[in-house]
Amino acid sequence: MIVRGDEEEQVEILRRLYPSGNYFMQGDEALSYGALFAGCRFYAGYPITPASEVAETMARELPRLGGYYIQMEDEIGSIAAVVGASWTGLKSMTATSGPGFSLMQENLGYAVMTETPLVLVDVQRSGPSTGQATKGAQGDFFQARWGTHGDHPMVAVSPTSVEDAFWETVRAFNISERLRTPVVVLFDGVLGHTREQIRMPDPDEVEVAYRKLPKTEEEAKLPFGDPHGDGVPPMPLFGHGYFTHVTGSTHKENGLRDVYTPEVHRKLVRRIHRKIEQNREVYERYDEFFTDDAEVLVVSWGVSARPSLGAVLKAREEGIKAGLFVPKTVHPFPGERLEKVADGAGSVLVAEMNLGQMILEVERYLDGMRIIGVNKIGGVPLTVDEVLREIRRNA
Amino acid sequence: MADRIASTYPMVKYLRREALPTALCPGCGGGTVLNAFANAVDDLKIDPKDMVVVSGIGCSAWIASPYFLADTLHTTHGRAIAFATGVKVGLPDKKVVVISGDGDLAGIGGNHLIHAARRNVDITVILVNNFIYGMTGGQVAPTTPFGAKTTTTPYRNIEHPLNIAETVTAAGASYVARWTTAHVYQLIDSIKKALQKEGFSLVEVISQCPVQFGRRNRMKEPAQMLRWFLKNSVSIKRAKNMKPEELEGKFVIGEFVNREKPEFVDELNRLIDEVYGR
Repeated sequence: MIVRGDEEEQVEILRRLYPSGNYFMQGDEALSYGALFAGCRFYAGYPITPASEVAETMARELPRLGGYYIQMEDEIGSIAAVVGASWTGLKSMTATSGPGFSLMQENLGYAVMTETPLVLVDVQRSGPSTGQATKGAQGDFFQARWGTHGDHPMVAVSPTSVEDAFWETVRAFNISERLRTPVVVLFDGVLGHTREQIRMPDPDEVEVAYRKLPKTEEEAKLPFGDPHGDGVPPMPLFGHGYFTHVTGSTHKENGLRDVYTPEVHRKLVRRIHRKIEQNREVYERYDEFFTDDAEVLVVSWGVSARPSLGAVLKAREEGIKAGLFVPKTVHPFPGERLEKVADGAGSVLVAEMNLGQMILEVERYLDGMRIIGVNKIGGVPLTVDEVLREIRRNA
Repeated sequence: MADRIASTYPMVKYLRREALPTALCPGCGGGTVLNAFANAVDDLKIDPKDMVVVSGIGCSAWIASPYFLADTLHTTHGRAIAFATGVKVGLPDKKVVVISGDGDLAGIGGNHLIHAARRNVDITVILVNNFIYGMTGGQVAPTTPFGAKTTTTPYRNIEHPLNIAETVTAAGASYVARWTTAHVYQLIDSIKKALQKEGFSLVEVISQCPVQFGRRNRMKEPAQMLRWFLKNSVSIKRAKNMKPEELEGKFVIGEFVNREKPEFVDELNRLIDEVYGR
């Protein structure tokens, strides 16, 4: 059984099957290859537009690498199988879109509570409900953060181009493995179905992380402890004779249920939060363009970051001091960095394909500043001109 | 109590001692199922290190988690079989067993049950059917007999129960049997066959819940419920020659199917062998 994906034999097959160089492909495909290079060897999913091409790519490519593809009976079963496979040591992933993402929320919370590494791709489409099934959107920003019930941290990354989808998926796996936590990739139907050039790297260029495994019997007995002080317990995988007990109910460090002692719940849930909060260097990432002297600061994410950059470049040509801040990890939101970047800006524009979601995070950190939403729904992405018009208006 | 169990019960070696005594009500059939399962494992000399036991939510899910000493995955409501499918793919050489209740596996999780049987994935499911949602306080289940009283059918149940063993047989399982907690030796025997079967196997165990079901249906004492099972059990052989109206209110017991079919994980690995590296 393959557990990492960077074994010599695997690297050799990756290199032979996908020689490094330029390729022309869809975002959904690029994302899938990112997963394969990161060591993903288990995929369970259910067809849904605009994420089906991820399933199709994985179904075609995984067996060539010795990996497993299963089409499940629904999205709930898909993420359930992914959790089960992850406990056997396989790096595991599923991909879906809005309605399926809604169905996966309960088991996403299960993965948080049981500290199961997995990657959940949401190729966002226009909602609510069935909405515009074939059209992209960015309406799941907070569903990724708060879609599952109860207090929980969440890590979500968001690619801004087809090539970026490859690399952000690699990063999602590495974060997930390092912090023993589920990671959401907030992709979208526009980029998912966009075809453009990407450069396939050599496997040596791709960093591949793997979860901490217990080094001693003692560590294996505490699958939910904190032996290293970083909040991340080693993961005693199934099949190694550890008699690991895993439950979504409140549990002690040894994994056994204790749902009545307030201290047990407090300690567990606070550690799961601390694990994310104190390891920010593992996941925090953002791109900055012309932010040093920006008077009009555009904040944008995912697909909307592209027209935003185009608009900022044009504004600069016109002599407007515009800048762009793009959180690549959108949850936890890089608010402290944004505070520094926005210092000195007269107005802040938040461009996104929804009626105003990430803007609420921006407002939380930039209290008292002039913040304007640049919003568009209907399944058609923002254009350079639309963002530029708002930059001019607020310059 | 835990010490007494440890010193007098031979199957205690298969249990997590720190979780004893169990939280099951006095007279619950869950203990009988746990005992039968442990005896089957013991008879077959299966090392619990070579097992992963998966369960869902509800009283019957507790039989596996936390009481059985193996790698155990206590999952969300209804989804145990889907989780177990992922486990089996990752660990094809281990015995993967699901133990959970009727509401969990046949109600909210019914679709996973049907599709795992269709896929014929090598998982053994022990489905404890006590006709009721016990943990939540005795609400009607998709298995509750017609006319029975529950907390959400306070007058009488106007729905007809699902025939789980027949449904799973029709869906394509390799092995299906049904017994009651009054047929312990037959039950152990079927669990052994199920564990040895390569393919999807289901053992449905009709089990008593005197607290949430019996109490409201004139069978307050556990023994009354066991007598009810015995009196109304009909072997599948005999049932084949009976009319539907004669079988009304009866428990058809025995082996529903025992057949050889290609197994899913085996097929998956065969496919991988064909295309690996190419």
